[in-house]
Parts: sequence; structure tokens; C-alpha cells
Amino acid sequence: MAEQVITGYKRWLEGIGEQGVFFKNFFRNIFRGGFEWSEFVRQCYEIGYRSMLLVGITSFIMGLVLILQLRPSMLEMGAESMLPKTLAVSFIREIGPVIIAIICAGKVASGIGAELGSMKVTEQIDAMEVSGANPLQYLVVTRILATSLMIPLLTVIGDAIGLFGGYLALNFTDDISFSLYFHKCIASLEFIDLFPALVKTVFFGFAIGFVGCYKGYNSNKGTESVGLAANSAVVTASLWIFVIDAIAVQITSLLFYR
Amino acid sequence: METATKHTEENKQTLKNEVVVDIDHISKSFGTNEVLTDISLKLKRGENVVVLGKSGQGKSVTIQCIVGLLTPDKGTVKVFGDDVAEMDADELKELRTMVGFLFQSGALYDSMTVRDNLEFPLTRVLKLTDRAEIDKRVEEVLDGVGLLDAIDKMPSDLSGGMRKRAGLARTMIVRPEIMLYDEPTTGLDPITSREISELILNMQKKYKTSSIIITHDMECAKITADRVVIMNEGTYIAEGSFDELKKSEDTLVRSFFNETT
Repeated sequence: MAEQVITGYKRWLEGIGEQGVFFKNFFRNIFRGGFEWSEFVRQCYEIGYRSMLLVGITSFIMGLVLILQLRPSMLEMGAESMLPKTLAVSFIREIGPVIIAIICAGKVASGIGAELGSMKVTEQIDAMEVSGANPLQYLVVTRILATSLMIPLLTVIGDAIGLFGGYLALNFTDDISFSLYFHKCIASLEFIDLFPALVKTVFFGFAIGFVGCYKGYNSNKGTESVGLAANSAVVTASLWIFVIDAIAVQITSLLFYR
Repeated sequence: METATKHTEENKQTLKNEVVVDIDHISKSFGTNEVLTDISLKLKRGENVVVLGKSGQGKSVTIQCIVGLLTPDKGTVKVFGDDVAEMDADELKELRTMVGFLFQSGALYDSMTVRDNLEFPLTRVLKLTDRAEIDKRVEEVLDGVGLLDAIDKMPSDLSGGMRKRAGLARTMIVRPEIMLYDEPTTGLDPITSREISELILNMQKKYKTSSIIITHDMECAKITADRVVIMNEGTYIAEGSFDELKKSEDTLVRSFFNETT
């Protein structure tokens, strides 16, 4: 029993060490000559454009549902006019970035994990390596940088769509003009609501790309390992999103709300 | 004039006897599983060595040590006189441009067309930028393997034999001096296997490569081998030409030949 615990602990430490080496190699390969621009653009399209519909629908529903859920309580307190502000602040600060990142972890991290995992199983990564090309630069750097850039962009778009969903929900029961609703939303937001929320999405994107690439690139050479890599990528990336969020909120509180 | 000719002949002979790959008493284990116990092999320039052995005997592990994909636990692997284990990243990269490796599955990049697969090492490894030169080399090598018509196809649209041909073309396009083939005919029907074996021989003659061919296909060994080594339980048990080994009295050696002769 004790031996099993020690072995598990050793494996866990080895895993951390391997991730550290992978992280170091990623950074080293960003600054090596010959950046793969065409692959980077292709990944931005695959990750950003192809996730837009999913992010749009999810954000729209979240905005709509939040207004429907908040309205009775706010009405009770006579604070119905505060609904746009409440939605804007909660959605842009917290709900939008986290929900969109979780959705992307499910779609993008699993996709990257499965793709690189199957490339490993079919010896494509080994073939790239023995040909003298740099698989880290071509496969890993491009994907991690693409997720780090695309997740913030998707969050900005998702936030806007979420607020629009809230506007429609408000109009189910009340009558508020589009310009007044958005004026109230924008007026309620400050720099400290927008900037930290956007910065943390860069880290969410990095975590999604990094975990997906690490799990896929280091998967074993069996067909079942492709599924394991995809599954493990989603779980680990989702966990990291909550950890990063908790740290980001602490830092924001310390810096801006003291 | 006569002396000059004599010197040229001597140089040719020296070059022919040059050992390009020198595997010296290597062993390799994965956990408690000892795959290679004691392997030594020399590959001379222009020579085709076939390594025969049952599955799981460490044949593929041996050639993966040559390109630095795996590092032996003991012993040394020297390519063109340089120890692979002591090479830094840049030296290893340079070595890999001189040593081609054909994987069992062909290992084509499945998100790229055949053309893109072949262009990949040209633009990333040889850093070619001239479009005309790239097109010329791609078309020339695809023509050599009889796949010019499939140039814009995706790997998923190719048959097993076509994938191996395309994989061979992608490896040959950088004109390596040494070729390592990992079971090039596995999973193919006898006719396609023969075609691939003959193609290996033709490519060797055309590009003047030295090759190590890992296989358990006796037909492939018969067509391609200058020398055959037989591997069992992580070590070599017999060595000689195909015809010499065919006459061997050793039971294990005979078991390989009995199936085909």
C-alpha cells in the first residue's frame, strides 16, 4: 500500500518535471528562426473561426438565462433598472471568460490532444523528427500561440453576444430600447472590469493549448491512448481554468480593490 | 595517366569499404524488459543489409538508435564516425538529413496532400525557397515511385502500397546517404510487396544509398539483400549472403528459409 502511494507520488513528480521540460522547449522554440506562419494562421482559423458558432450559441443562452433568473429577485428589491448593469459586470468579469474557456477546453483541448495523439500513434511525429524538421515548432508552438490569441478574441465576441441575449430576455417582459440597454451596460463597466478579465483569458487560452499539446504529444503508442489523451486534456485544461481564475481574481483584488 | 587511374580505383575501393554505420555492442531495456542484449553491426557504403527476425526481437529499436530516436543503455552507435549519443541538437538534425527513415506505416502527414508531404522536408529541412526547384524535385521523385498521378491526393485516399511509395518518396526527396527501412512490405499483398522491394533496389541504385532493411519478408530479403543478418532474443545469431544462409544447418536459421524455399 505504502509502496503504491510512493510510486504514485513519484510518477506525479515525474509528470510535473516533464511538463516543465515541455514548457521550456515551447519557449525555446518560439524564438528559434523559421516561425511557421502558415500553420499558425491555419490553427487560428481552426481554433477561432470553427469555435465561433459554439461560443456564440452558448454565450447567447447564458445571457438570456441569467436575465430570466435574475429578474424576479431584482423585481422584488425594486432594482429592475439595475439588470443591465448586473448582467454586464457579472458576465464580462467572470461568467463569460470562464464559460467560454470551459467550452473551448472541451472542443479545442480535446481536439488538439486527439490530433497529436493520433499523429504519435501513426508515427507521424517521429517521422517529422527523424526527417530533421522540428515537430515542436510546427505542431506545438503554433497551436499554443493560436489558442492564446483566439480564446481572448472568442471571449470578446461571446461577451457581446451574451449581452445581446440578455437584451432579448429583458424584452420578453419589459420594453427597453437597444441603445438604452447597451448604454447602461457600457456605462456600468470600468477599466478594472474589462482589462483583468481579458488578460486572464490569454492564460486560459495558453492553458488549453499547452495541456492539449502536452497530452497529445506525450501520449503512448496505442490506439486507446488517443482517447485517453483527449479525455485527459479536457479534464486537466478545465481544472487549470478554475485554478487560473482563482489566482487572477486574487491578484485583481489585491491590485485594484484594496 | 595510368597512376591516376590506379589512384581513382583505390579511392573507389576505400570508399566502398567505408563503414557508414557502426553499431558496437549495444543493449537496450524498457523497464524490466531487455529488448537488445548485445548487438553489433557494420554497414558499408553502398551496401544493403537485411535484418531478419521474428516480431518483438528489437529490430526496430536497433534502427531507432541509429537516428537518435532512442539511446542505447550500453554500447555506441556511430554514423559516419560520429557517436550519435554525443551529438547536440544541431548535429543530430544534420545527421537526420543524411539518414532517411521509412516507417512501417509510411507515416504520411494526414492533414497534408502528397505534394505537401513531399514539400515539407524540402522547405523545412533543406530550406529551399525556389518554387520551380521544389516542383521539379517533387515531380521527379514521385515519378520515380510511380505516383505522379496521386500528387494532389490526401493520404486517406491512397492504398497501403501507395502510402509506402509516397513515404519512400518523401524520405528520398532529401537524397539521404543512408536509408533505414522499418518493415517496408508488412501488410501488403505479395505482388505489391515485390513491387516495393524492387522499388527499394531501384532507388538504391538511382540515389546510391546504403541501406538497413528490417523485415521478416523473405521475398523482400531475397530481392534487396547484399548481406543478411538474423536476429533472435536481442542478439544476432547468423550473418551471410542470402544464398549462404539458405544453406545453413542451424535450425533457427532454417526456420526462416523453410517457409519460402
